[in-house]
Amino acid sequence: MSHPTPVAAENRRLLVRLGIAAVVMFGFGFLLVPFYEKICEVTGINNLLKPDTVANTQVDITRTITVQFDANTHDLPWRFRPLQTHVKVHPGELVTVVYEVSNTRNEPVTGQAVPSYGPQLAGQFFRKLECFCFSKQTLAAGEKRTMPVAFVVDPALPADVTTITLSYTFFEVAGRRIADDAAGRRAGAAS
Amino acid sequence: MAAVMPDHLHDAHHGPTGLMRWITTTNHKDIGTMYLIFSFIMFLSGGVMALTIRAELFQPGLQVVQPEFFNQLTTMHGLVMVFGAIMPAFVGFANWQIPLMIGASDMAFARMNNWSFWLLPVAAVLLIGSFFVPGGATAAGWTLYAPLSVQMGMGMDMAIFAIHIMGVSSIMGAINIVVTILNMRAPGMTMMKMPLFCWTWLITAYLLIAVMPVLAGAVTMVLTDRHFGTSFFSAAGGGDPVMYQHIFWFFGHPEVYIMILPAFGIVSQIIPTFARKPLFGYASMVYATSSIAILSFSVWAHHMFTTGMPAVGQLFFMYATMLIAVPTGVKVFNWIATMWRGSLTFETPMLWAVGFIFVFTMGGFTGLICAIAPIDIQVQDTYYVVAHFHYVLVAGSLFALFAGAYYWLPKWTGHMPDERIGKLHFWCSIVFFNITFFPMHFLGLAGMPRRIPDYALQFADFNMMASIGAFGFGLSQLIFLVAVVKCVRGGEKAAARSWEGAEGLEWTVPSPAPHHTFEEAPVFK
Repeated sequence: MSHPTPVAAENRRLLVRLGIAAVVMFGFGFLLVPFYEKICEVTGINNLLKPDTVANTQVDITRTITVQFDANTHDLPWRFRPLQTHVKVHPGELVTVVYEVSNTRNEPVTGQAVPSYGPQLAGQFFRKLECFCFSKQTLAAGEKRTMPVAFVVDPALPADVTTITLSYTFFEVAGRRIADDAAGRRAGAAS
Repeated sequence: MAAVMPDHLHDAHHGPTGLMRWITTTNHKDIGTMYLIFSFIMFLSGGVMALTIRAELFQPGLQVVQPEFFNQLTTMHGLVMVFGAIMPAFVGFANWQIPLMIGASDMAFARMNNWSFWLLPVAAVLLIGSFFVPGGATAAGWTLYAPLSVQMGMGMDMAIFAIHIMGVSSIMGAINIVVTILNMRAPGMTMMKMPLFCWTWLITAYLLIAVMPVLAGAVTMVLTDRHFGTSFFSAAGGGDPVMYQHIFWFFGHPEVYIMILPAFGIVSQIIPTFARKPLFGYASMVYATSSIAILSFSVWAHHMFTTGMPAVGQLFFMYATMLIAVPTGVKVFNWIATMWRGSLTFETPMLWAVGFIFVFTMGGFTGLICAIAPIDIQVQDTYYVVAHFHYVLVAGSLFALFAGAYYWLPKWTGHMPDERIGKLHFWCSIVFFNITFFPMHFLGLAGMPRRIPDYALQFADFNMMASIGAFGFGLSQLIFLVAVVKCVRGGEKAAARSWEGAEGLEWTVPSPAPHHTFEEAPVFK
């Protein structure tokens, strides 16, 4: 049946080439990850981890904005709260507030805070110069830490916005163990 | 013919018999048949899920299933229909028809062909079996968007492995098809003389090789995010859930054309046969198919207009998407021009093909509407989108599959399909199809979201209409089963050239096609 003919040899060559193409495309899928990150960096779409820059430092004392603070944790044994519920600021003014976080588990845990804003639109006018959300935070067992956030509200903030809510959620980083636990809990609850 | 028939019977009894014959077969016709039977079983399974969804949506409130299970149903309906029904069905057609159409004795790698098929039942068991594990099947939607897919129970892992296996199967099948078409054509069959079905499948196979591995990569990232501590899609670890959408749709949009290009090929075989004219603009059809395939890599983000893309990005993907209407329009005009002043008759395959053009084009137009970014932002995730993709996938891919099945059944079984039953199947399907899916346009424009088990009262009438249509459509598909079983069992004997105007090498072999054909390559003029 299978005596090697010129066609069979040619078929095998093409098979190898197409097989390589498939493997290369599998790699290409993973290559999209750094490519995506580069695009976000270049276009500045996703700069959650970088301090903002402030161009206009003129303080607009004619306006007063209420900034409210909120703190959440997601599947993380930390106590996390702002030390002030809200502050009143003028656009352009540099303000520093403090959050407090403590690890209630008896082993070190690494977490990453992700900010979000209400109204969502206000996010782009909220310039954070210093924030614990720019890097991962590792807390030793039972450690308590206070962490500052320094920010400026851009005077270009639309006139109809008088209140901004800054909300942080801490997630556990590389939470293999806890994620599995959580998945197990969910699966168990559903069954 | 009489001289060949005993040969066929004799050959068929070589090697193992019974079940082992089917497990070990390397014959392209046997494997094609198994693909088609498998995909029909999956079609009925996905159909039962769809009918359960429609039963729940028959009236407002929760009557039939719980919301968690409803989400599993919408997800699994999509996965089963896309990866279990439509794609394997086209591979089944490719297996049966491509060697016959290009005058090859079999596929290039017969043993690999057997593996490609037998991976599928394994994947299907994993996928369907995931309903019965704690937490149930995946409910993240067929797109398996992160972060939802990172959070599900073990049903999600089973779906990921099923996708891996089906991906490997598709890639092996695609490689087989490319090699067969490029290297095994009969003498005289140049590329530009090849039947269009082979052309569309060649291009589809290249698309499969290019994008199935990307999907495999995406679900592998989900898997490692779930269990191995990576953070590709988790914002907390520096990842980004929106990136999943980009990678998924880089696969997903070419995938849409993987499901429709072979349908174009089938229709391009049928229309000339029953118009008794050669296909109008053969070369332009080849170029149009290639253009669609190439453009399909540059439009993926039109699925993501609401993710906060910059306006420049939206404009680029909007115009690129609209550009695809040009080659698609070329095809539709070519089919119509083929029929123009032809000696038309409307046997069952032709009815399905004409029905395909009519209804698929409507789906194409709603696609153009969805391509417009400001409108898409309105209709994103509403029933308008559900209506759109069912018009192109059911009325497009599925109707073309039925057209092809009725067209080539005489070659496969040796009997003509019953015209009365076939026509009944067509008319029931097209009427119930429109009753089901046309009202969904209105529901979507009025703002009814998809993938929700309950809805506001003002949507009640159109939903009831859609549900009635869905049950009619579902039951109509049993007519197809009757038509096929009847055709296999007996009926009017089919001639080698079963349809009067049929052209091509597959009509030069007897009906039913003997177990082995073209052992000596024919010369194609």
